Amino acid sequence: MSYELEFEKPLQAIDKEIQNLKKRGDRLRPEDQTKIAVLERELAQRTAEIYAKLTPWQRVLVARHKDRPYTADYIRLLCTDYFELRGDRRFGDDRAIIGGLASIDGRHVVILGHQKGRDTKEKIEANFGMAHPEGYRKAARLMRHAEQFGFPVISLVDTAGAMLDLSAEERGISESIAENLQLMAILRTPIVVAIIGEGGSGGALGIGVGDRVLMLENSVYTVAAPEAAASILWKDSNFAPQAAEAMKITAPELLQLGLVDRVVPEPLGGAHRDHHAMADQLRQALTAELNELCDLPLDVLCARRYEKWRMVGIPASVAAV
Amino acid sequence: MREAEPALNGTGLNGASSSVQAVPDKIVTPCPRCRDLTLRRELEKTLMICPRCGYHHRLTAKQRITYLVDDITAFQEYDRDLTPQDPLHFVSRAQVYATKLKENQNETELSEAVVGGIGTIEGIRVSLAVMDFHFIGGSMGMVAGERLARAMDRAADMAIPLIICSASGGARMQENIFSLFQLAKTSATLTRLRNVKMPYISVLTDPTTGGVTASFASLGDVILAEPNAMVGFAGPRVIEQAIHQRLPSGTDTSEFVLEHGMIDAVVDRRSLRETIARILRFYTAS
Repeated sequence: MSYELEFEKPLQAIDKEIQNLKKRGDRLRPEDQTKIAVLERELAQRTAEIYAKLTPWQRVLVARHKDRPYTADYIRLLCTDYFELRGDRRFGDDRAIIGGLASIDGRHVVILGHQKGRDTKEKIEANFGMAHPEGYRKAARLMRHAEQFGFPVISLVDTAGAMLDLSAEERGISESIAENLQLMAILRTPIVVAIIGEGGSGGALGIGVGDRVLMLENSVYTVAAPEAAASILWKDSNFAPQAAEAMKITAPELLQLGLVDRVVPEPLGGAHRDHHAMADQLRQALTAELNELCDLPLDVLCARRYEKWRMVGIPASVAAV
Repeated sequence: MREAEPALNGTGLNGASSSVQAVPDKIVTPCPRCRDLTLRRELEKTLMICPRCGYHHRLTAKQRITYLVDDITAFQEYDRDLTPQDPLHFVSRAQVYATKLKENQNETELSEAVVGGIGTIEGIRVSLAVMDFHFIGGSMGMVAGERLARAMDRAADMAIPLIICSASGGARMQENIFSLFQLAKTSATLTRLRNVKMPYISVLTDPTTGGVTASFASLGDVILAEPNAMVGFAGPRVIEQAIHQRLPSGTDTSEFVLEHGMIDAVVDRRSLRETIARILRFYTAS
């Protein structure tokens, strides 16, 4: 796997050395073996060092990494069985949000999420993960289905934002998101949300309300892209790194602010380095949350969820007034 | 959702100086559409509607409430002491958010972008909340969201109708996720009205875009809009920038969303009050 992010360059040099040695194949001398082992240890150590102190902007770049696992990858890696449900029954089948019936750790669930698309063809098909109203309405349909049959919902969030174009406006992108916010607030079945990459504003929140909101360690959550915030508040989009810092968009920061519930650790060097290890971490976190939520009586579950969102982000000093 | 969108007459979300301009406090007020100059006291007699072209000037929250309720002196404002916070201690190159809040408070004589309270409209008691675009573009700070949620709670607790007049560019970037989650909060709180069977009338005024349209503003049991208001998720300028798509004129206006089935009626400001009262009587009169 390549190292293409600027801050990964020191790692690339070490990796290249390792690959060169390995090219020798059968002609590898014992001292080369030793050297490889040393280099690999160094690579791991440097990776850990770099990733331990990523800046918020660097996390944005990791969250947007082209090799980062997407919803379809998690479905493939997490689910022992999966049957895709397609279409909103009103207009079409938006490939920017996919989902269906799934079996995870022996539990039947409805899983859904934004899909950005891996290769060019899929990216275009999925509209780079930017959903139209029919995507949000398909999600609503799947969630109602889950409620009816008592399946918990797993929602994976990964989008730069909802689609901004004429057709989205004509078909009511605002209304489709608004309806989901209300639906997810009162749905009578557990909902676990995980921000797996980019949590881009209303387009993210449109499938992002639940009993628990998890964030992958290097995911980000923003009300406006750092570039957009910078172009308005700094009058220059080149200040995106500063905006990313000021807006407190990273998983650890949002956990500390009490806005999300759990940070899911990523494998060494980020989720894109090891999809399997990442999926394992996510499975453990989802299962732990679902074990707890599925034990609650529905009335208690729903009352707690309502309270969580009614009081979200309000400091005690304000709540008391 | 995108951040607050600069409006027709160049009022920017974060341009503190230009937002002062939009407050019609001069002797003569120019019409942003036909450029006609009207004496301010004349304009106030016509509910801030341009006598020449019918353009609906943006209102302050105070004007809006005055035009809607039976008696402004009997309007009981709530939550004025619930003042905005700076949860992220946000500082950008252009400004310190805490300072910006103070400036906006001084300029608008409001403490946040939302004013909520109880009043009567043709004798019907309602929980009313009004957004003021002059306060940081009517953006959704966490206290703005909390005031809206409390207006919803009052309607549910007192079993009276809820009226919200929206005017907002959307999210407040300086509060990031605190701002974003107000959309979920307000949408969730609205569900309480279902239990008391009282209607929520959402009134969209110029401009209503971004997160506000993607939450409570689009969830009215009845949705009205003032004529020719900018109403939409992104707004035409953002769409044209985002995807370089030329849009037909009139995209994302009240008339556009009416035609596309998103609202129930476009109502002239001069008949808004009586229209609201007429609708409310279906639910409240025995």
